[in-house]
Amino acid sequence: MEQSLEDNVLPQGTPDSFLLGALAHTHLQDCYQCGKCTAGCPVAVRMDLAPNQLIRLLQLDDSETALRSSTIWECVSCQTCSARCPKSVDCAGVMDVLREASLAQHKAAKPQHAVVAFQKAFLDNIRRNGRLAELELIGLYKADVVWNTGRIGVLFKDAGLAPQLNKRKKLHLLPEKAKDRGVVERIFARCSARCSEPEKK
Amino acid sequence: MSKIGVFTCWCGENIARTVDVDEVAKRVAGFPGVVCSLNYKYMCSDPGQAMVREKIASEKLDGIVVASCSPHMHLKTFRKAAQTAGLNPYLVEMANIREQCSWVHHDKPSATAKAIDIIRLSVAKVRNDVPLRPIQVPVTRRALVIGGGVAGIQAALDIADAGHEVVMVEREPSIGGKMAGLSETFPTLDCSQCILTPRMVEVGQHPRIKLYSYSEVEAVDGFVGNFKIKIRQKARYVDVSKCTGCGDCWSVCPLKKNPSEFDYGMGMRPAIYIPFPQAVPARPVIDKKVCAKLIRNGCGLCEKKCKAGAIDFKDEDRVVEESVGCIVVATGYKLYNIAKEQPKASLAGYGEYGYGKYKDVIDSLQFERLISASGPTGGVFKRPSDGAIPKNVVFISCVGSRDNAKGMPYCSKICCMYTAKHTMLYKHKVHDGQAHVFYMDIRAGGKGYDEFVRRAIEQDGARYYRGRVSKITQENGKLIVRGADTLAGTPVEIEADLVVLASAMRPADGVEELAQKLNIGYDEFGFLMESHPKLRPVETNTGGVFIAGACQAPKDIPEAVAQASAAASKVQVMLAADELTREPEIAAINEQTCAACYTCLHTCPYHAIERAEVRTGRGVFIKNTARVNAGLCMGCGTCVSVCPSKSADLQGFSEQQIYAMVESLV
Amino acid sequence: MNIGYYPGCALHGSSNDYEQSLRACLGLLDVQLQEIKDWICCGATAAHSLNHKLSLALPARNLALAERDGHKQLFAPCPLCSMQLLKVQKAIAGNGARGELAQIVEADLRGDSQVLNLIQVFQNIGLDRLKAAVKIPQKEITAACYYGCLLTRPPDVTHFDDFEQPTSMEAVVAATGAKTVDWNYKTECCGAGMTMANEDTVLDLAHKILSNAAAHGANCIVVACPMCHVNLDMKQEAVNRRYGKKHGKKLGMVVYYLSDLVGLALGISAEQLGIDRHFVTKA
Ligand SMILES: Cc1cc2nc3c(=O)[nH]c(=O)nc-3n(C[C@H](O)[C@H](O)[C@H](O)COP(=O)(O)OP(=O)(O)OC[C@H]3O[C@@H](n4cnc5c(N)ncnc54)[C@H](O)[C@@H]3O)c2cc1C
Ligand code: SF4
Ligand code: SF4
Ligand code: SF4
Ligand code: SF4
Ligand code: SF4
Repeated sequence: MEQSLEDNVLPQGTPDSFLLGALAHTHLQDCYQCGKCTAGCPVAVRMDLAPNQLIRLLQLDDSETALRSSTIWECVSCQTCSARCPKSVDCAGVMDVLREASLAQHKAAKPQHAVVAFQKAFLDNIRRNGRLAELELIGLYKADVVWNTGRIGVLFKDAGLAPQLNKRKKLHLLPEKAKDRGVVERIFARCSARCSEPEKK
Repeated sequence: MSKIGVFTCWCGENIARTVDVDEVAKRVAGFPGVVCSLNYKYMCSDPGQAMVREKIASEKLDGIVVASCSPHMHLKTFRKAAQTAGLNPYLVEMANIREQCSWVHHDKPSATAKAIDIIRLSVAKVRNDVPLRPIQVPVTRRALVIGGGVAGIQAALDIADAGHEVVMVEREPSIGGKMAGLSETFPTLDCSQCILTPRMVEVGQHPRIKLYSYSEVEAVDGFVGNFKIKIRQKARYVDVSKCTGCGDCWSVCPLKKNPSEFDYGMGMRPAIYIPFPQAVPARPVIDKKVCAKLIRNGCGLCEKKCKAGAIDFKDEDRVVEESVGCIVVATGYKLYNIAKEQPKASLAGYGEYGYGKYKDVIDSLQFERLISASGPTGGVFKRPSDGAIPKNVVFISCVGSRDNAKGMPYCSKICCMYTAKHTMLYKHKVHDGQAHVFYMDIRAGGKGYDEFVRRAIEQDGARYYRGRVSKITQENGKLIVRGADTLAGTPVEIEADLVVLASAMRPADGVEELAQKLNIGYDEFGFLMESHPKLRPVETNTGGVFIAGACQAPKDIPEAVAQASAAASKVQVMLAADELTREPEIAAINEQTCAACYTCLHTCPYHAIERAEVRTGRGVFIKNTARVNAGLCMGCGTCVSVCPSKSADLQGFSEQQIYAMVESLV
Repeated sequence: MNIGYYPGCALHGSSNDYEQSLRACLGLLDVQLQEIKDWICCGATAAHSLNHKLSLALPARNLALAERDGHKQLFAPCPLCSMQLLKVQKAIAGNGARGELAQIVEADLRGDSQVLNLIQVFQNIGLDRLKAAVKIPQKEITAACYYGCLLTRPPDVTHFDDFEQPTSMEAVVAATGAKTVDWNYKTECCGAGMTMANEDTVLDLAHKILSNAAAHGANCIVVACPMCHVNLDMKQEAVNRRYGKKHGKKLGMVVYYLSDLVGLALGISAEQLGIDRHFVTKA
């Protein structure tokens, strides 16, 4: 039987037709473990599982390990793996699916909290403003990291950049916001943004 | 026809399990014309056949139906039985109640009913059968071999040694094919040229082989036993009959820096050249695209120098015609072009490997020339860019093979072996060098093959990494190869001095056009199609045309040679007699009613219809007509369906028979 | 020439020097950028990482707005934005997502406008025209053209240039009279949106890119992406702090937006182009 992302990986509940559509051309069993994805990945050395190993686990129905890996959060979505895969497996697309599922199932690797927090903060930010408010994003993101990991140092990281940015007129204390923020809210609601689902305790 | 015998077979349990054979025999006995209806456990067995023969004789049957398996299995058997009993073999029909009935149904009553209906059809058909005679076609007892690689050479020598004349057409200036350029060959590491060139010389000197080198097949006409071949001899600008091969011309030619085709661009040759010293024929050609005389009427030195007066700048292409009875196609292969630019949009090339951009990224055939004792570097292994001796060489397998995204989905079968060979040859030349191989699987099935690969790893120290390479770049004169080791689960980066890409095997250029001329099939990749992958591996679907070597699929030398000998033996069978027997189930045209509209002529896929005239015994012209060439017609029936005057019919499958069959059911 | 313009958040945030450069440069070439009214953030990396549907819906809204404004062409100077817009078009063409997307974003959606990146805008202007307009040939410049990931990848979405060995940016740079180098990190990733969240990765990748450009003799890097600029320019100081010791020297690699270089060649001042607001201004 063909292993499918739909059965093993996607967030529980109704499978999302958009996600499935995006991966319609990716059949996990096509992967013959050549490793070309890993060979070209700029961050493979940082990952706990090489990209080809991640695909292998999915072939073996072990989505659990995949969803808890650091790999999916180390991935920088550069698309190199997908562009060069001789079997047209969209490895970068699989990473996206895994991230979404990992978050929805509260399985994101703890050491990767910074990345997760940043992405979540980013989405929260645009949900509220319609457009990105950089300062607010940084503030909330740092607060989240300190709160969840206790890494106080993050507060002072890049602190020196602020005056530098300001000098170059790159800081906007009053960021622009989209006029029609209602529609943004509604779009988010319709896409049932899972990123802000509260964790079940 | 009124005396029909029906013989229903049980095929052991195969038929009898789902078809009630007694019931069948009983019901069939009542069909019009049927005078005897029997069943038996194994009709094809000796007692079964004896029963058929006996009944034909005793009942004076004038037609029989054997209800059993597919005619593919046993039609020949029962025709022969009928013939021995004195019945025309074409008055035998088979009703397939096994593949088309018992094997595909479960319910006995309905399967039995269906079997009865199938036999009903066959009885209706056999009642309208007429006796036919096999067709005798005269045979031209000569063969054509297209392609003078090792496969073509083997086939030509086998056929010629058996006593038949052979015409060989090779499009390059010399025969020898790829093998002539290989260094040493797996799995024994014997020198390729040492074993091939004596065979090439044999071809060149064989009294029964007529060699057209630097020639191509222009047109093919005719049919099995009687082909007419038009051969284009490309202008060589050297009169081969006068030339002594002394070499004065190519030593004097001032234009010495043209990339040599034989060395795949790794070496240079003059404008007038022989591809390699052992070429057959050892006669030069002038490259008209570079010769100063031919381009702008300059130079002319070779003509002055040639004592034999063999240079002929006025030479032109010539088309000659040859008659042959059989054809062996042995056009071989070429390598997948790894460079960015591709002939077809579906092939994307491998920009990430920088082939064509970095001089020290070469393909496997180029490597063969560099490592060859007779190669452009005179046996010293030097890399193309700066002539340095490479200390780290990376070999990459499966480039363009097993790649659905931008290469060929198939495995090229031989590259695992020659890559192992390459690492050994390299190590034997550069003792302190290190060979690295990126591979996905090692495919080394064959006598002594896996041992050979293990030797490369265990004794000659080749380092194998299981993984593909993602990218090659150049940094400070080193090629940076970024691959993966999936066994260790990590990326691997190697600084190499030379990279060799084991590029996929593809059919030779122009093979599709050639196949169309010969009316033979090819697969989606251009490899020529055998008639049956297991049972008829060297035949094609066109009578008298055979295939051998890498034109059929990727192959190594032993396989190419074996297949060539197989094709040659098929040719010998055909050429053994003056005449050839063909089945008579072909089209015939009623010349009286034919309106000479020639619709059939234009639609026949086998070009089997000719224009002809009907004349009286004394030769007085009566009318025009279409006529079927019995040697070419394949009995497809297309003409029958298009003929507006209903003058075309198929013998053994006449319209009358088909109608009778349909009527019997309604 | 008027074209629809989707700046994206970066160009209205800390990459506003890119917008300044674009307006100055393209304005002089008679290209008027008509900003889509009420555009919203395309969701960037966060959306495609965490919520695929959202990653299509947000840009779909912008596509719809551009169509509403009657733009046949939509220029998105950020390759991530333009790639996401193209992804929406692909989803509409491929699996009939149009209806559902239109509903989600509360607007009609045809998906037939032509999405352009900066290189394509220059190609449309015409390189000959560009050459003719050059006032100050950039002879001193030897550029390493840096495409990063998303101008060319994923190839079945972007359909732009050769994704292994692209050359389209070199052609534009050559039109300014500058030289280009052949180097190895043209299409390698700089870490993109990980600037904040995974600085380690970004510094590592940026360092490789910067030093490779230098090793191949470039005196500047040319980009067509706000994120690449942030990672190579703003982060260069941090790269130097971390890797400078290893090299024994600091990298001082000016990073230009492609429009900077064209602008300079057209005779626009560095200040007008906002080049003075970069972090690294002198080699
Ligand atoms: C790098 C490399 C190393 C190899 N090493 C080994 C090895 O060590 N051992 C081994 O067993 N095998 C080896 N092989 C495989 C070997 O080359 C082939 O098995 C063998 O050459 C096949 O012979 P062939 O006659 O079928 O084809 P070819 O050698 O390709 O010969 C075909 C001939 O037909 C001619 N031709 C093509 N089209 C036409 C046309 N239309 N009209 C007229 N003539 C035409 C060509 O010019 C050529 O002369 C190697 C292959 C490669 C690529
Ligand atoms: S490149 Fe493709 S086929 Fe190869 S291991 Fe990665 S996903 Fe599998
Ligand atoms: S998309 Fe992710 S996994 Fe793929 S090569 Fe880039 S970083 Fe690696
Ligand atoms: S005439 Fe042509 S082939 Fe002869 S020597 Fe001159 S260049 Fe060479
Ligand atoms: S023979 Fe080996 S190298 Fe060649 S395609 Fe097959 S597996 Fe790959
Ligand atoms: S039966 Fe087929 S092959 Fe024979 S003449 Fe008619 S069309 Fe041609």
